[in-house]
Amino acid sequence: MTRLPQNPSKVKLGLVIDLDICVGCHACAVNCKEWNTSGKMAPLTDIDPYGAKPDGVWFNRIHTYEAVDEVAGTSRTVHFPRSCLHCDDAPCVTVCPTGASYKREEDGIVLINTDICIGCKLCSWACPYGAREYDEDEGVMKKCTLCVDKIYNENLPPESRVPACVSTCPAGARSFGDLGDPDSDVSKLVAARDGYALMPEQGTKPVNRYLPPRPKKVGDAVAPRLLEHHDDSNDGAGLLARWVDKVLSA
Amino acid sequence: MHPAKSVIYFTTASGAGYGLMVWLAVMGAFGFLPADRTFGIIGFGLAFFLIISGLLSSTGHLGRPERAWRALSQWRSSWLSREGVSAILTFGPTGLYALGWVVLGQNAGLVGLIGLVGALMCLITVYFTSMIYASLKAIPAWRNRWTSLGYLLMALMSGALIMLALQAVFGLGLITVTIKISVALLGLSGVLKLAYWRAIQTDPPRSTAESATGLGRFGMVRMIESPHGEDNYLLKEMGYKVARKHAGKLRRIALVTGFILPMAMVAAIMVLGLPYVAALSFLALISAGIGLVVERWLFFAEAKHVVTLYYGNSKV
Repeated sequence: MTRLPQNPSKVKLGLVIDLDICVGCHACAVNCKEWNTSGKMAPLTDIDPYGAKPDGVWFNRIHTYEAVDEVAGTSRTVHFPRSCLHCDDAPCVTVCPTGASYKREEDGIVLINTDICIGCKLCSWACPYGAREYDEDEGVMKKCTLCVDKIYNENLPPESRVPACVSTCPAGARSFGDLGDPDSDVSKLVAARDGYALMPEQGTKPVNRYLPPRPKKVGDAVAPRLLEHHDDSNDGAGLLARWVDKVLSA
Repeated sequence: MHPAKSVIYFTTASGAGYGLMVWLAVMGAFGFLPADRTFGIIGFGLAFFLIISGLLSSTGHLGRPERAWRALSQWRSSWLSREGVSAILTFGPTGLYALGWVVLGQNAGLVGLIGLVGALMCLITVYFTSMIYASLKAIPAWRNRWTSLGYLLMALMSGALIMLALQAVFGLGLITVTIKISVALLGLSGVLKLAYWRAIQTDPPRSTAESATGLGRFGMVRMIESPHGEDNYLLKEMGYKVARKHAGKLRRIALVTGFILPMAMVAAIMVLGLPYVAALSFLALISAGIGLVVERWLFFAEAKHVVTLYYGNSKV
């Protein structure tokens, strides 16, 4: 079971995250938590949620980075959502001693069977991306399910059959689709924008792709002109006011 | 990485137990040690106690210890599973060898052969244990050429020191052989540890904050906002920082107590003669024990995980 699929299908469901668009609002993380705390991997336990040191299981973590080029004197601030990349060569799957951790043959989603997980945490050590978190309360590991209980859910309208993080993103920074199909919308988006994988040197062959922020436009460095308020019209003013205006303008 | 006490005890104790078992087999099979019954009961009792208590301790950090038996199922892909299976299979020949020694009073011939098979399986089990760590690409301090060799050498070394102490108490067997083996293994494992520390400091980083975010094209990447105000699981488990602050001091403690002092004590037996053998071999064993615990604690605590690149580390 914890061997990777021997005959994987060509379908590779995954996310494309546009770092040019993401505004770092954490809505994806919140809606993910909302959906998944009663979904397949439920519950997403919180420990001491209102105390001094709250902790809990989340499948999305939104960082903000600054990339500084000291020579050119430029910098970019980039909001960066981090979640499971549903790797093709997922080390979290092969290290699992129990078979609880597995990659689905039909669509490549990486899941955990929490009924047989022993909570040894080795999968979280094997994952370079911090996709797996330990549920202290249940004693098992938890991870992103790519909302497997939402994307195939025929009780939902077709447009809602996308992961919770995708359907909630107010900026449209997240796309979902089949990255194994070169003609899918997400694959075309990745090709058009030079989408990339995170830490390819770790050899995990991630499915998810990130789209880099677009280059700054020339002239961006100059701040826009200050707006000045010019109101020369006297529409709607009273008769007296209009007469005073006329006398003083003369 | 967070140094869990249960795993530190597991790797040091079961390592020493397997090491002792190897020497019981080798010394017995090659005729360096007679099949004395009392010696056998104490020796095998100690070896099995160390091995079994270590294995049980390793289940102590599980979230669901009652499901531990499930860990035996994935030996085709998982080193942890292989280690579990191998540990259980090893009880077969080592148990038979112990029975042959204690019940039949034999440790040579066929019994000795079974013992040597057991010894080989002990070494394989220790190797599998080391591969649990050495197979993790996300932790470069573990995935290198030194990890497995270190586990094997230190298991044999600690086992040899226990064997020496036992022989000193019973006055049995060719103790000079054990002394030479101990000195050689202490020297080798000490040098290996130095090489390991040098390697984890000088090996080029495998991943960087730039490769982790893919933002290197815009310059040097640093985190300006963490996703959360308090430490989460990842930072508690993978972001352990205490050891790095005292790493230099702890390395010196590990090196002196774990390797240099015991080596000096065991070597002193050769110079001072056998009247001191009991006292010196016990002191060497205690010192090496302390050193190995510090060494193992550092092995975990010093190891950096690449996920910390997302939380402000610049290279791992």
